[in-house]
Amino acid sequence: MAVTKPAPPAATSRRRGPRLTRRDKLVLAVMIAVPTLLHVALIWVPTLLSVALSFARWDGIGGLDTIQWVGLENYRQVFTIYPPFWPAVQHNLIWLVFFLLIPTTFGLFLAHQLDKQLRATRIYQSAIYLPVVLALAIVGFIWQLVYSPEQGLINNLLGRTEQGNLIDWLGNPRINLWAMLIAASWRHVGCIMILYLAGLKSVDASLREAAAIDGANEWQAFRRVVFPALKPINVVVLVVTVIESLRAFEIVWVINAGRNGLELLSVLVYDNIVGEASRIGFGSTLAVILLTVSLAFIIPYLVVYFRGGLVGREVR
Amino acid sequence: MATADVEVATKPREAAPTAVAGRPRRRLRPGRVVLNVFLIATALAWLTPLLWSVYTSLRPYEDTAVRGYVSLPGELNVDNFVNAWNQAELPRYYLNTLLIVVPAVILTLTFASFVAFVVSRFDIRLNLALLMVFTAGNLLPPQVIITPLYRLYLEMPLPYWMNDLGTLYDSYWGIIVIHVAFQLGFCIFVLSNYMKTIPYELTEAALVDGATVWRQFWKIIMPLCRPALAALATLEFTWIYNDFFWALVLMRTGEKRPIVSALSNLKGVFFVDNNLIAAGALLAALPTLIVYFVLQRQFVRGLTLGATKG
Repeated sequence: MAVTKPAPPAATSRRRGPRLTRRDKLVLAVMIAVPTLLHVALIWVPTLLSVALSFARWDGIGGLDTIQWVGLENYRQVFTIYPPFWPAVQHNLIWLVFFLLIPTTFGLFLAHQLDKQLRATRIYQSAIYLPVVLALAIVGFIWQLVYSPEQGLINNLLGRTEQGNLIDWLGNPRINLWAMLIAASWRHVGCIMILYLAGLKSVDASLREAAAIDGANEWQAFRRVVFPALKPINVVVLVVTVIESLRAFEIVWVINAGRNGLELLSVLVYDNIVGEASRIGFGSTLAVILLTVSLAFIIPYLVVYFRGGLVGREVR
Repeated sequence: MATADVEVATKPREAAPTAVAGRPRRRLRPGRVVLNVFLIATALAWLTPLLWSVYTSLRPYEDTAVRGYVSLPGELNVDNFVNAWNQAELPRYYLNTLLIVVPAVILTLTFASFVAFVVSRFDIRLNLALLMVFTAGNLLPPQVIITPLYRLYLEMPLPYWMNDLGTLYDSYWGIIVIHVAFQLGFCIFVLSNYMKTIPYELTEAALVDGATVWRQFWKIIMPLCRPALAALATLEFTWIYNDFFWALVLMRTGEKRPIVSALSNLKGVFFVDNNLIAAGALLAALPTLIVYFVLQRQFVRGLTLGATKG
């Protein structure tokens, strides 16, 4: 990481503060202030408002003075009497665990294989990461063509397109989540593969040669030498995977608006803010729950990543 | 990580093939054959859903109705594409998307370059805090902020020449600024790491010659960041183009929505059978597929440069 080792000239050039003119300082201030204000006003202010509103009851129709502060009432309702909440939590958890276990591992496996200087490696790579450029909503449409009960690819191949024996991949709440997970993984594998391929390129070749000379077989060399060297990428992959799982929305939205077995926290937030039955406080409560889970992963990641920068400063 | 990533970015991929050519030709080993067979199978499996959509979209509905979907075609034509294009008035939605994506990408890259320049070249006290705020903001799920944001957009007045409704809600301006605010984090992260690898002597020399801060930024740093900017532009184009959520929630008028968000509305109204849905989905995906075929290297470079994704 570049942050871990600021070049020595950096240190000297950074001490030239007094040489900046007033105009230069003004320019620097504007360059920082405009984007920061925009970002804070549109991302962090609403985040804080979400937290505040999660303690309120408000239908959003009346003015701000119709807001009632109800303490933890929304949280109590979400946890006890809101039927789709626990299924949504369960689905988000399944999504997360599945994403971590299946597409991530497979992406790493593919990256490792594709890093072996095969002649056609570029062709394989291109095919596997093609879905990465597609919108998740479009991934949903494409897989609908595969899963569709009477017109879809799978049921036609299995010969189960008649009423009575057809498999309802998207409508049956016992299997539709898994069908969606496969569709989402189709895209996620390519993304993970690209990240790991970049990581593998930066693993020192002499490390592997040393392992080979010591008589390590492929698996041993991978587990003991290559995988530990991939640590920075592993952290990134973990965060990307967790965030993608929590953000999952459009792929289930285009299938059935996230109902009937496809409930997710992100969908529940959406359900509570638009339409006539808009419940701002309740929706915010769900958003805060999502926020808490996200931050539980984001903050440690930022600390791990930027700690390098801090160490560099102390040395100087 | 940035050092490694930038290495990937600046050192062209040609390095690998030369290494292969330098070695003596390998014998055909059974392990390699098995691996290649496995990878061919995987690559084909990965292409199947897309190829299936293409195949379905090229067949007239009557043809599939008679012969079934898994069958040899009696007839192949582009009627579904023509129908999707005309019935659903797709050109309008492409234009809507363009109105959002182009300003959003330009603004994101401009603002991100500003912040990255300052935090990477000057030792201001808030450097680390700023980077963390932007990066964390970029990682938040959009649903976390959508409830208050939706209310804010409804309350925020906008002159009528900017939006008929007089609010930030349901306007292109609103969609553009939320994209910029959200995507800044990733671009700042990548660009600041990239700028840190540019030797300090360069700006130092300029400073001695009396160049202003702006001149250092515009004449020295920005030209050197072209590779990173190109990669980021490709990536951001794809991400913003692919947005579904913001336009779904922050816009009301279906006809104003960008194509990816509009697609789910169009389905059911105009796209009645799977053949037409396939054609519509492929048309909506077309610009990103073009990016994939033409700018593949930029796209991958953008992803690996940051090695983190928003």
